Amino acid sequence: MASLLLKDVAKSYGKVEVLKNIDLDIKTGELIVFVGPSGCGKSTLLRMIAGLESITGGEFQIDGERMNEVPPSKRGIAMVFQSYALYPHMTVYDNMSFALKIAKMPKDEIDQRVQKAANILQLGEYLERLPKALSGGQRQRVAIGRSIVRDPKVYLFDEPLSNLDAALRVDTRIEIAQLKEDMPNSTMIYVTHDQVEAMTLATRIVVLNNITHTIGQVGTPLELYEKPRNTFVAQFIGSPKMNLLSAKIVSGGPSTTIKLDHGEQVTLPIDSGDASPGDTVSFGIRPEDFVVAQEGDPVIYSGEALFSEKLGEVTVVYLKPAAPGEPSIIAKIPGIAHVKKGDALNLTGVIDKMHLFNAAGDSFLYQ
Amino acid sequence: MNPAVQGLITIIVGVGGCVAYFYFSNQFLDKVIFPSTGKNAGRNISRANMVRPWLFLFPAMFALGLYLAYPVVETLRLSLTDRDAGGAFVGLANYNQMFSEPKFWEALTNNFLWLLVVPAFSTAFGLLAAQLTDRLAWGNIAKSLIFMPMAISFVGAAVIFRLIYVARPDDQAQIGVLNAVWLQFDGGSGSFIMLKLLPGLILLCFALLCAYVAYVVVKPYFEGGKTGGLFMQLFRLIFLVGGLFLAFTSLRSVLNLFGAELPYGEPQQWLTIPFFNNFFLMIVLVWIQTGFAMVILSAALRGIPEETIEAAIVDGANPFEVFFKIKVPQIMGTIVVVWTTITLVVLKVFDIVFAMTNGQWETQVLANYMFDKLFRANDWGVGSASAIIIMLLVSPILIWNVYTARKEMR
Amino acid sequence: MAAIAGTKSSLTWAVQLSTIALVLLWVFPTLGLLVSSFRTVDQINSSGWWASLTAAEQNVVFRSADPGENRVAEGADGATFVVSGNVFGEEASDTTISVWGTSSRAIDTYQAGETADLGDGETITLQANGDYEWRGNDEQLSGRGQRMFATITAPPDFTLDNYEQVLLSGDSTDGMTKAFFNTLTVTIPATIIPIVVAAFAAYALAWMDFPGRALLIAMVVALLVVPLQLALIPLLRLHLGIGIGKGYLGVWLAHTGFGLPLAIYLLRNYMVGLPKDIIENAKVDGATDFQIFTKIILPLSFPALASFAIFQFLWTWNDLLVAKVFLIDATGETTVMTNQIVELLGTRGGNWEILATAAFVSIAVPLVVFFAMQKYLVRGLLAGSVK
Repeated sequence: MASLLLKDVAKSYGKVEVLKNIDLDIKTGELIVFVGPSGCGKSTLLRMIAGLESITGGEFQIDGERMNEVPPSKRGIAMVFQSYALYPHMTVYDNMSFALKIAKMPKDEIDQRVQKAANILQLGEYLERLPKALSGGQRQRVAIGRSIVRDPKVYLFDEPLSNLDAALRVDTRIEIAQLKEDMPNSTMIYVTHDQVEAMTLATRIVVLNNITHTIGQVGTPLELYEKPRNTFVAQFIGSPKMNLLSAKIVSGGPSTTIKLDHGEQVTLPIDSGDASPGDTVSFGIRPEDFVVAQEGDPVIYSGEALFSEKLGEVTVVYLKPAAPGEPSIIAKIPGIAHVKKGDALNLTGVIDKMHLFNAAGDSFLYQ
Repeated sequence: MNPAVQGLITIIVGVGGCVAYFYFSNQFLDKVIFPSTGKNAGRNISRANMVRPWLFLFPAMFALGLYLAYPVVETLRLSLTDRDAGGAFVGLANYNQMFSEPKFWEALTNNFLWLLVVPAFSTAFGLLAAQLTDRLAWGNIAKSLIFMPMAISFVGAAVIFRLIYVARPDDQAQIGVLNAVWLQFDGGSGSFIMLKLLPGLILLCFALLCAYVAYVVVKPYFEGGKTGGLFMQLFRLIFLVGGLFLAFTSLRSVLNLFGAELPYGEPQQWLTIPFFNNFFLMIVLVWIQTGFAMVILSAALRGIPEETIEAAIVDGANPFEVFFKIKVPQIMGTIVVVWTTITLVVLKVFDIVFAMTNGQWETQVLANYMFDKLFRANDWGVGSASAIIIMLLVSPILIWNVYTARKEMR
Repeated sequence: MAAIAGTKSSLTWAVQLSTIALVLLWVFPTLGLLVSSFRTVDQINSSGWWASLTAAEQNVVFRSADPGENRVAEGADGATFVVSGNVFGEEASDTTISVWGTSSRAIDTYQAGETADLGDGETITLQANGDYEWRGNDEQLSGRGQRMFATITAPPDFTLDNYEQVLLSGDSTDGMTKAFFNTLTVTIPATIIPIVVAAFAAYALAWMDFPGRALLIAMVVALLVVPLQLALIPLLRLHLGIGIGKGYLGVWLAHTGFGLPLAIYLLRNYMVGLPKDIIENAKVDGATDFQIFTKIILPLSFPALASFAIFQFLWTWNDLLVAKVFLIDATGETTVMTNQIVELLGTRGGNWEILATAAFVSIAVPLVVFFAMQKYLVRGLLAGSVK
């Protein structure tokens, strides 16, 4: 039951900037996911919120109170670590009750809280075991239980599923989602490098850019997918990543006509804003938005198949351009498409699912 | 022959001989005894491979057997015979004679005192140094300097500390640090605080700590918790008795301390003050062994997963709670190893006592007592008997080490 | 942990200060020995070594040059004379005079540079640097030189004389040269031979499969802690019995035997950790065990070999007991440094300049080895303590 506010937060080690201009407003009950490629500072940002890393610029508030100098234990947060960080010399019970004992809570209440958390997480029969006698998934649950008993204002998860195998990861992901549903008023922040985790769990996603060390975009999972703010987010969300083709504006207005490098003109229902004819733009189209062109359709890309992967529900085709100078692209064609190496393909796309970015990489949607 | 030339020849003969032995014995095995050609080639190769390990092992096993295993048996035999009577079997006569000597009991009690004090203080200081230097920019330099005494011989250390303890007549300048400091105390309030109140408080804390340890080991009996198997019960009993004894002793020392008339203003011959001189000797070994403890414990501290410490901080533990409740329990195994290793050193301590007091003024220890018997009194029977006593004291550690090593190999 | 929010800087300071205190406490004893070895007998006996690090004040008596030979006539009438010179003699010195006087009861009457009036026109002036001028008439400047009582501040003063005595000119009781070379003679073979023997055994215990291997390893672990006190009498009897007697050969053999368990244990632990693939690959390539050992295992095991070599070197260099039992005979020709120092403690227990210097000579080599090879020593310690 807490809201968090980050105002122009920055982090640097000496002269090396890892994060800057971080503005974020997190409301009570949200589950915010930080994603980004490795080195983007997502874990660092989480650790700054936890107080494990100092904040070198800007201000961080919880419930309107400045937290920059408050030690981790006084921030009302609980953290689940990537390696779980269970105390190896303590039983599950002691692990879960450690923070409460430190806080000098009465014994009855400690017991009550631990039992309650153990019930939620089905850990009842393991309470007297040492962590080394538990499986990976059980350890993970103990780590979560250790947070729950403290009844924190904010839960922090640092890549909690990355040490689990693929099958267990899906199960645990669902458990976390259910946990969140059971505690609608708790605020959670979750760090991951896995898009699927981000898309499935988050109420809002924060994409961090590893080149500019800033926030790429904040939004609901679908917003990020449908209306990426810039080419970085556009290419980070979605797999395989969005194709970008270069083009020139022919005419502007509420809808924009562009001319692709190979000469085809396409009119998109996107406001051209202050861009003027002749400007170079990036034209973005997701692999799954390509359609094999029929007679009369505008040909967005014409190329030669290099390689195809038949996945059953979809066929992924890697194409090299017919006209020199254009990039190679990836297209996803629904169903099983019999494409051989060397086949020529003309592709068109769903007009209202295309994206347009200016030379700086920013989307026309947000101008 | 010049010893240096002799040494060179020994190196060549020793090293060359070893290599030649290994090479030719392997050749002999493969070419002559079990040739890997002809109709029995396959069987010969597997036979040769069964013999080969023993070729590799033989010199080492021979040396180990002759220089360490055989002496254990032989010393046991010698301790039961009388040299003067031409090696006749005399049963436990040597032991009886030894047990009747007050010097032996003095050595034994002193050894126990050493066993309590030196490992405890070395490990404690080592742990302190390891923790303090852990995240320090100049930590490696600090560690290097604290570790340095490891390279100094016990004899060298004895000289170093005799220079600290040296006393000069009253009217001359004191050149030993300890006496120079001692003479600063004049019996005023400063002296009272530094020499009575402060040590008294430290002793009191120590007494409380011992009592607490004793309480912790028996707590499960009152609360009906698990008390472990027979081995653990015995362990608890030892700690209970030891803890209570130490608590009692230190409380009594506090009383003695406040009652004592300290000879202010007189230079002291520190090494001749009975009972306390033992501690002045122990300081030397603590000084040497702390570096060892620090190095091992420092590596262990580094091995603790960083995230458990961060988790504890998030959980609200202060630096002391992090240290005692998170870090120390996680390196308990290493602490035990350090403790037992230093215990072994203590049991064999000889040079320090030999060089500093030679067992006079009630500072005798077993190893020096034994040396005395062997080479001064020429009494090999009693000397061997005392060596067997040292062996007996070592054997629990020996068994424990073998047990853990075997467990680890599985 | 400075990065953690809300950590108190007072704690960081406490850590810094306690570390400094601890380090000083640990270095202090050795420093005392080192400093003392550079001081003269008089200095050692007149003040503690810690006083020599700062400029020391002391009271001394000077006498001017003899007037009979050194006085110089001055002035037109030739009735006044002057004796001048420097109380410190010809040598340039950093010693300075602060206050002085002309009688032993009032040694702080004059500041340096002031002139003392001795009555009837007789005067004496003493400068801070020791220059003096003594004026008076014929009668006053006669007989013996004038006495001056001064408080001087002498800068730290060190000498190499002790080292010269102990290393170069010392006789058989004081000299460490012979003992130094004897120690070296004991140490080097006693370090190298066990390595060779142990390396082969360690390879067999690590990488060869044979019945009884586990038992042998357990035996090595057991022998690791057997006190060598037990070995003294039986082995001395053995050595005397087979004609080795007391001497270098005996001490080399003894050190080899006593060093083997640790050597085998350390090397085996290290070799077991080497990647199995390399060895199996070599076997597939047709290498024999002997070739695998010499061409692959030995070069890869260098760190462990170095660790043990340092251990064994320090141990044999610093050893007293084994040398006393197996090496040093009645003639004392083969004495080693530790033994020499123990004897010095007995015969020259009060001569700290000799003792300190001798002790420092004996610990200098291990200290150099220690600081140069600390990395390997630490590694060996970590591998060698039974876990």
